[in-house]
Amino acid sequence: MANNNEKSAIILAGMHKWYGDFHVLRDINLEVKKGEIIVVCGPSGSGKSTMIRCINRLEEHQRGQIFVDGIELTNDIKKIDEVRREVGMCFQHFNLFPHLTIMENCTLAPIWVRGIPKKEAEETAMHFLEKVKIPDQAFKYPGQLSGGQQQRVAIARSLCMKPRTILFDEPTSALDPEMIKEVLDVMIELAEEGMTMICVTHEMGFARKVADRVLFMDAGQIVEENTPAEFFDHPQNERTQLFLSQILH
Amino acid sequence: MSTTKKYPIGMHPALPPPSGSVGPVRWMRDNLFSSVSNTVLTVMGLYLIYIIVPPFVEWAFIDSVVLGADSRKECLKIMGDDRGACWSFVYKRWGQFVYGFYPVEERWRVNLAFLLVAATVAVVLVERLRANKALMIGALLLPVICFFLITGGLFGLVDIPTNKMGGILLTMIVGLTGIFVSLPISIMLALSRISKLPIFSILATIFIEFIRGVPLITLLFIASTLLSYFLPPGSNFDLLLRVLIMVTLFSAAYIAEVIRGGLAAIPVGQYEAADALGLSYWQSMRLIILPQALKISIPGIVGSFIGLFKDTTLVVIIGLLDPLGIGMAAISTTEWSGLGTELYVFIGMFFFIFCFSMSRYSLHLEKKLHTGH
Repeated sequence: MANNNEKSAIILAGMHKWYGDFHVLRDINLEVKKGEIIVVCGPSGSGKSTMIRCINRLEEHQRGQIFVDGIELTNDIKKIDEVRREVGMCFQHFNLFPHLTIMENCTLAPIWVRGIPKKEAEETAMHFLEKVKIPDQAFKYPGQLSGGQQQRVAIARSLCMKPRTILFDEPTSALDPEMIKEVLDVMIELAEEGMTMICVTHEMGFARKVADRVLFMDAGQIVEENTPAEFFDHPQNERTQLFLSQILH
Repeated sequence: MSTTKKYPIGMHPALPPPSGSVGPVRWMRDNLFSSVSNTVLTVMGLYLIYIIVPPFVEWAFIDSVVLGADSRKECLKIMGDDRGACWSFVYKRWGQFVYGFYPVEERWRVNLAFLLVAATVAVVLVERLRANKALMIGALLLPVICFFLITGGLFGLVDIPTNKMGGILLTMIVGLTGIFVSLPISIMLALSRISKLPIFSILATIFIEFIRGVPLITLLFIASTLLSYFLPPGSNFDLLLRVLIMVTLFSAAYIAEVIRGGLAAIPVGQYEAADALGLSYWQSMRLIILPQALKISIPGIVGSFIGLFKDTTLVVIIGLLDPLGIGMAAISTTEWSGLGTELYVFIGMFFFIFCFSMSRYSLHLEKKLHTGH
């Protein structure tokens, strides 16, 4: 395991999770290399979100091991904080802080968690807001922005912590069709720049274009795992075939 | 026949609204006379105002005697009958109403303390002043200076025992201490109550439910009588201090529940986003969760403050003389007996001014903190 840690951004090894008696994740094994783009799809309730939420310890796993950048996630709060500093996350419902301006949303964690001086943090924030193409909204509040803009701010907020990995939890599912593209464009740009990404999404166009691997999950297990071309054109598992026939029409 | 001009599609300009759809006449039609029953209610309301307000104004301001009279009899002599209010006792006893039995030659200390507290309140409440860190720290030190100013014993100031303090001074001491000290305590209580660590949540729950299950009067009696049984014999634990502790704990328990309601209204996504960014528990509480929860709780918190401020009159029961106590003592003398109405109107106005200001400030704060979500 230790040798792999050098090249791997994330390793899940024999990971299990229960909600009470309910066995949500069953023997998850996954290794994500640095710079790799993984797309996770599957029916709702299959455990996709739960799996990526285990990677930054928003959920606790009960068996098996998780390594992020070589750090094993345990109950050790220091380790958890260390992992969270290096792993960004974007949520389905953005979860921007509504009482803070866009700029404050982006500079809060760099200032308080990384201890970066305010001015420098604001410069970094402006840089990333330009990257997601909304520098002109910097001094508005999240409530004044459209959904697509909010999600791009959420991406910029993650980027401001200069993470090595970003987890996306259905980033476009709560958006109007018109706004999905603007968010995906930002994600594609990030992917092309070599960010390690794990995306739970049903945007199959995005998966085909940038994913290195696509995972299909069902009933708490990884059912199939392949390159996008193979995954979409020659799905092996019956369950995957059914799922793809339903979402690709 | 259509009188409106046709515009090409997409070229329609914004036009002013038709006449009669805005303005005061329209407002009255919509709000006062929109239906037969509303019109009847409006007329009845106006009639009620007519039979209450002018006679009150005549009684309180026009026919009344403010200065000059030394007793109710003189008041009556000046007016000829009893159609007006006799405010003279407020004027004659003004010193007691404000300072209680604080020695006359030391009253400047109380005046100075009032000024300092007013400055503190201004700095805490006005955003532009609050932004200045040095001012803010200074403002938070002022109450400490006020404490020594009023009690004395330092810098050659004469020691004034707390049983000399009364009137508005007492209301301010109990009310303001209660408000400023109970807020931080209540935040800690609310956070403890929702804590995942059972020891904190159990202790906080027991404390809150105990305090809320007991009337304030009972707590004040405990403070004034029962507590001395538990204290070591001979120890002299100041009565006013005991009252302050009880009032503060009482209001903290209520506000804690209001804040818990605010905390419960914060979506779980906010906690998760704060966690995912690597903020520690205290950072996420201070920077993310509490600012939002407190904002939601403002109406409830200010409601509790108003309740606390008015409840300070209950200290009369254990022998402390707040303005109401001073006034009741005044009207039980032979000179001023029979002036109950004047006393209660006066005390009512005093409390109304403070409580109404708090209520308006809370509205202003709510509007200011609204960020459009």
